[in-house]
Amino acid sequence: MTSQCPSPHLHLVDGSDTPPASIEPHVVLSGVTKNFDTPGEKTARKTRMQALGPVDLTLRHGEFFSVVGPSGCGKSTLLEVIAGLTAPSAGTVQFEGRPVSGVPDGVGVVFQEDASFPWLTVRENIGFGLRMAGVDGAEVARRVGYALGFMGLRDFANAYPAQLSGGMRQRMCIARTLVIAPRLILLDEPFGALDQQTRMLMGDELLRLWRETSATVLLITHALDEAAVLSDRVGVMSSRPGRFIDIIETGWQRDRSSQSVTTPRFGEITARLWETLRTESLKAMQADERPGNGGEMSRPHVRGR
Amino acid sequence: MIRTEHYIRLGIVVGLVLLIEGLCRTGTIPASVMIAPSAMAAHAIEILREGRFTHDIVASFTSIAVAAACAVGFGFAAGLAIHAMPGVRRALEPLIASYYAVPTFAFYPVFIVLFGVGSLPIIAIATLLAIVSMITATMTGLDRIPHAFSKTARVMRLGRWQTVWHVKLPAALPHLFSGVRLAVSHAFIGVIASEFILSGSGIGYAISYAYNNFENADMYALMLLVLVSVTLINSALNHVDARFQARRRR
Repeated sequence: MTSQCPSPHLHLVDGSDTPPASIEPHVVLSGVTKNFDTPGEKTARKTRMQALGPVDLTLRHGEFFSVVGPSGCGKSTLLEVIAGLTAPSAGTVQFEGRPVSGVPDGVGVVFQEDASFPWLTVRENIGFGLRMAGVDGAEVARRVGYALGFMGLRDFANAYPAQLSGGMRQRMCIARTLVIAPRLILLDEPFGALDQQTRMLMGDELLRLWRETSATVLLITHALDEAAVLSDRVGVMSSRPGRFIDIIETGWQRDRSSQSVTTPRFGEITARLWETLRTESLKAMQADERPGNGGEMSRPHVRGR
Repeated sequence: MIRTEHYIRLGIVVGLVLLIEGLCRTGTIPASVMIAPSAMAAHAIEILREGRFTHDIVASFTSIAVAAACAVGFGFAAGLAIHAMPGVRRALEPLIASYYAVPTFAFYPVFIVLFGVGSLPIIAIATLLAIVSMITATMTGLDRIPHAFSKTARVMRLGRWQTVWHVKLPAALPHLFSGVRLAVSHAFIGVIASEFILSGSGIGYAISYAYNNFENADMYALMLLVLVSVTLINSALNHVDARFQARRRR
């Protein structure tokens, strides 16, 4: 999947030449919590539910950080807070040293749900954000042409999303994020609907994208193996309200790939993830079975620095 | 390549037509009750050539077009407004759900008082008949917009009107178009039926006049013209709708 057009990004597609993640903070969350009003189980009155936090987390420039946790722990809420799609109920979120208010410039998001616009072709979908931002037509064509080649969609440029497989639609959504040259890429279970083989291949594509853009990447995933093989660090969240209870440094080199699954280190990482997550998953299941539980349980947490 | 279903559908229609043709030609159905379909078609072509009913045809189709346009326009606007006010929507939904149980034609004396005799009460009744299908289709279309589309628009930092024009409306368009199809069908029904009782012109009036004067050939020819027109217009709208639906299929 090589591109025929020059990259719009500063760094070329060459994992060994791109700089490693720096220790400089890129995204900083301090004491972030998020509450929601939900209808009570027994009455129609709304009750306040704490979905997230308090969360303290620092994402370093250019790192690949994954978040795993039991269902309903607030992973997607965390992503939406960082993206500026929802404001935190308490605490602060900073991106590139500035407080996040609304969606900041330089942030790209790939959602779990299929967000491809069915009325546009693949080419039009990928260039949509650029056209809406008023980017010059020639520049749109250049960036879209590059993204089509990078994601291996050149032969489907004039097809509609309904004619593509699920994996190809997600590649198109990733390409749509790539063209805006994001400095922070947030992915919320982007491969959740795909089979295991396709997920592994898409994981390699994601690493290629990360190396190409040198962006900071935050990946939300249920798949422990995916988090273990792709990430510089993996954060484990507790059951609701989600807080970080462990952060694991994987120690992978930047030019890693899905081949890492064959190494002993991969086994160590996934074993540690499961050991931590199993307890929290059991707690989450038991909390769901217990009626009237507002989820306000005190838990130990690890500062994400 | 025409699919098997098309052949079956065509076969059923042709079979029914041939059956009626046979029953009429053999006298099983007396000519005073119904003329043969071939005679209907021949007479329809003749009256079109003569131009005897051109004024009525133009009057009816004009009323249908105006009623459909009003139903689509006002229905879309009302659907947008109701969708934006959840409390109002909850209050109105039971009324909207039971709207078609109310015989709108029963209110025709009110419209005569309000609008006088002419095409206005006819257009008003047809619009009232058609508007609710457009309101419902608009609300459904807006409900069915995937949440991921709105989030994607926010991530792309689209303005409010950019989001509506470039994301929400195109996403809702298949449902909106279904509403347009229903509104056009209801406008047809409303205008033709109203002309039977309210009007001194139009296809419905002409059919009623022919019936009362035992002019079977004119009556059936006009009925055939209505049937053919509705079929052609609906086929065209269905074809466009099918293309919208095909793009949505995943």
